[in-house]
Amino acid sequence: MEPIFAILVGLFFAVAVYLLLSKFIIRVLLGVAILGNAVNLLIFASGRILRDVPPVIGASLDMSVGPTANPLPQALILTAIVISFSFFSFLLVLSWRAYRVLETDNTDEMRVAEPEGDAPPPLRY
Amino acid sequence: MKSLILRTVAPLLIALMLMFSIFVLLRGHNEPGGGFIGGLIAVAALAIHGIANGVETVRRAIVFDPLAIAGAGLLMATLAGLISLWMQVPFMTGIWIEPSLLGQKVPLSSVMLFDTGVYLVVVGALTGVVLALEERGED
Amino acid sequence: MDGTALTCLTLFLPFLGALLAPWLTRRMGHNAAWVLALVPAAIFLHFIGFSAEVADGGIVTGGYRWVPSLDVGFYWLIDGLSLTFALLISGIGTLIVLYAGGYLKGHKQQGRFLSFLLMFMGAMLGLVISDSFLMLFVYWELTSITSFLLIGFDHTRQAARRAALQALVVTGGGGLFLLAGLLLIWNITGTTQFSTLFAMAPQLKESPLYLAALLLVLGGAFTKSAQFPFHIWLPNAMEAPTPVSAYLHSATMVKAGVYLLMRLNPAMGGTPEWQTILPVVGGTTLLIGALLAVRQTDLKLMLAYTTMASLGLLVLLTGFGSPHAIEAAVLYLVAHALFKGALFMIAGIIDHETGTRDIRKLGGLRRAMPITFAAAIAAALSMAGLPPFLGFLAKEEIYYALGRFDAWSVVFAAIAILGNALMFAVAFAIALKPFLGAKVETPKPAHEGPLLLWIGPAVLSLKGLAMAALAGLTHHLVSTPMASAIAGEPRLVEISLVPHLGVPLGLSVVTVVLGVLIYRNLDRLRALLAGVLADIGWGPDRGFDQAMRGLVGFSFRLTQRLQTGRFDDYMTVTFIALAVVLFATPFVFGEMPRPPVFPKDVPWHELAIMAIAAVGLVTVVLAKDRLTAIVSLGIQGFAVAVIFLLYGAPDLSFTQFMIETLVVVILALVMTRLKVYKTDHRPFRQTLPDATIAAACGLGLCLLLLTVTQSPFDTTLSDFFNLHSQAIAHGANVVNVIIVDFRGTDTLGEIAVVMIAALAILSLVRLRAGSMTTRMADNDPDAGEGSA
Repeated sequence: MEPIFAILVGLFFAVAVYLLLSKFIIRVLLGVAILGNAVNLLIFASGRILRDVPPVIGASLDMSVGPTANPLPQALILTAIVISFSFFSFLLVLSWRAYRVLETDNTDEMRVAEPEGDAPPPLRY
Repeated sequence: MKSLILRTVAPLLIALMLMFSIFVLLRGHNEPGGGFIGGLIAVAALAIHGIANGVETVRRAIVFDPLAIAGAGLLMATLAGLISLWMQVPFMTGIWIEPSLLGQKVPLSSVMLFDTGVYLVVVGALTGVVLALEERGED
Repeated sequence: MDGTALTCLTLFLPFLGALLAPWLTRRMGHNAAWVLALVPAAIFLHFIGFSAEVADGGIVTGGYRWVPSLDVGFYWLIDGLSLTFALLISGIGTLIVLYAGGYLKGHKQQGRFLSFLLMFMGAMLGLVISDSFLMLFVYWELTSITSFLLIGFDHTRQAARRAALQALVVTGGGGLFLLAGLLLIWNITGTTQFSTLFAMAPQLKESPLYLAALLLVLGGAFTKSAQFPFHIWLPNAMEAPTPVSAYLHSATMVKAGVYLLMRLNPAMGGTPEWQTILPVVGGTTLLIGALLAVRQTDLKLMLAYTTMASLGLLVLLTGFGSPHAIEAAVLYLVAHALFKGALFMIAGIIDHETGTRDIRKLGGLRRAMPITFAAAIAAALSMAGLPPFLGFLAKEEIYYALGRFDAWSVVFAAIAILGNALMFAVAFAIALKPFLGAKVETPKPAHEGPLLLWIGPAVLSLKGLAMAALAGLTHHLVSTPMASAIAGEPRLVEISLVPHLGVPLGLSVVTVVLGVLIYRNLDRLRALLAGVLADIGWGPDRGFDQAMRGLVGFSFRLTQRLQTGRFDDYMTVTFIALAVVLFATPFVFGEMPRPPVFPKDVPWHELAIMAIAAVGLVTVVLAKDRLTAIVSLGIQGFAVAVIFLLYGAPDLSFTQFMIETLVVVILALVMTRLKVYKTDHRPFRQTLPDATIAAACGLGLCLLLLTVTQSPFDTTLSDFFNLHSQAIAHGANVVNVIIVDFRGTDTLGEIAVVMIAALAILSLVRLRAGSMTTRMADNDPDAGEGSA
């Protein structure tokens, strides 16, 4: 199953990177959202894929019998999903604020922090 | 949103979702579920409530400021970790007690408290964000 | 409290005083100096307590472990050398604090000044008392930083800012050389303490890295002690208020380099390299410094250049390394600290009470300022090396060391005589010119300074006299232990005020005669030197300006190249780098994956859901307008949720479902309010490179995942969680148990992040649009210049 996942993960990353390379904030945001899923799938597949058996120990058993899905990547991803959502929301609101102030979502026109043709620094002490 | 159908169905739906979210939280230790998932379900419920009946209604319904809820959750999770320090074991060690209630053994644990803290942080923080964005939509 | 703790407290006492200084000064005005002077006085008394033990050849060590795993400690070493320095620092420090109280009386920032001064005192004290290399380095840099603050104290003047920066660049940069040198010594000998280093001296001197270590350490010592050509910062540091010049730039900080050389003499000294480099550099500095001193007319600058010359003399003597040379260095160091500190304070008094420091505009002050005049004469006699002052003993000892008849000694004896004669002339120019002759009108009507001002120079001058008169006691308590510590073996200093006929006395007479000649022709010599310097027209000081301008220009151009200010440039560079790493690493290490074996029996619904995810992804990319893209984003997200469900991760699946819903909801909420109708299609010339980079990254990660999954899987952790989840943590859902129990602290951190993100988002949402534009206007880097 892993080779198929590898191809899928590759596609996720390619799309995410392509969107991140855009000049427009909204596309970049979509890229960030997809990048989160890509990374989660990468971690998921690295922990090996097993069909259909969740890592839940049966009633009145002390440990699971037979193979179950790897619980560790799942625990990592679960928190990662929530964190990347928080991060995504922050970026979204930040770009919305930037849009309100600068009235553009084109990053080429967002030059407040690093203005074009910056004057050389003063040579006095 | 002014849809009559949504406004009619919403209260029922929301009540069910909130109950379900708590159910998911509580069963999380032994079956799929837990604080994160339960919290997210509650956020979805409150978001629907906000869209159907307006943000003000939601704010009144949850009584506390969403961020206050989140803060309380964070405090609760931290305290759950600190209990173990008081018991002379390292930070965040799970502590279990089983008091009898009406002849029925009820397992209680600091882990449960911690998961509830996670639930409250997720509910509070994300509801705060969603409501703030919905509010902006109304003006 | 035991002795170790008390000494440790003593080391931190100045910093404590620095904390209190501004508050005290606000309450008591300039009289706070009387209280604050108790700090160095207490330190002085504490260290006096060690003198009996040290005089008997004892060494006091102590301290605390700091980073044991790295062999770094907070250890101190009190022997003759560090004790003398500690006494000079705290003793002169007491007088300087009092003097600063009078000198800056009524200054708005007097509290801050006293605070800096005490901080410097703490740093300097720690420097000379350190046994550990790292502790020495930290204090070394701390003296550079506090000196920066003190020189730039009058920060509204550009000259003061330049001088402060120059001192920081030169001495702080030298400190980095010192660090490298000390690390190298550590590497060679395996020890991090001076007290254990001395036993390793043979090993250190025979190491092939000895010369490198020596040069690095000298880089630190020569910059700090203002040796040519690093001396430039010292005269410029005269921009600082006079108490600073008297304390840092004559008596203490500039001696740190000399201290380091003396400290390392037993471990590194005596080699041909040591005995060549040090005298040559020291001799050059002595001559240049003395000549430049004659050229000046400003009292403080004259003193600054003679300080440079004196430091050269000390380096020269330390490099010579013969018994007499070391004894001479000891006596001269102590004598210099006393008379130079006094003379700087006298120059400050003259400046303070008359309004000028220009020697050509001063004269006939002896009636108006009798105490200052007497102190000046006493200090000048010591500086000129005349009896009955400590300077005389030092000069006799110098000529004992150099007065031999091999070529090397003769050259340096000649240099020393010329340098001493020049300093003789300068000493009397400073002590006599302003006071004798006809009265000259000064900007302010001259009168004697208050007690707080003249007490310092008076005490120091008397001290120079007393130490020479009681030479036996001085040698017992100070010179002998210090010389022994520098030599690394017991020494006995015996010189007294009673002159002996012989070569040294003859050389002294030559010096005096030459000095008187120079003094009488001072004006002509000054004009001559000014002409020569004008002809040269370039000096290291101007070189510093050129270097700084070059540095700023270079970094500006480099920054412009690296930081274009264009978002997509940054992204392109980042992902090209990622692609290179992804392909280059497995290629270099030969870890390309084997051709994958695709499973035959994949159920159709699994393939279908993956296909849906792929379609969703492609739609996001191809979507013409942004809203279509948002909807398509939901497709791939829900597909991922289904994939999680199919492969045994129901928890993930539910979470993903909820999150994707919320993503689409808030995206829709925000997007509908962004009124962007313009198409954002990429032009083809941009599409192709972007797509290539993206495809390379995707392929690289695909290969990475293949490689990872083809390697054997270590199940230790997963097995651990499966085994112990129920048994220890009483939970059947292993994923949840990991999150809330096994890795609970991680989760605590993560929910804190969620909380912080929510706070940030809410503050951004509630921010008024108007307030943001004003904030940006405030951010204008040039806006603050006008008020400065």
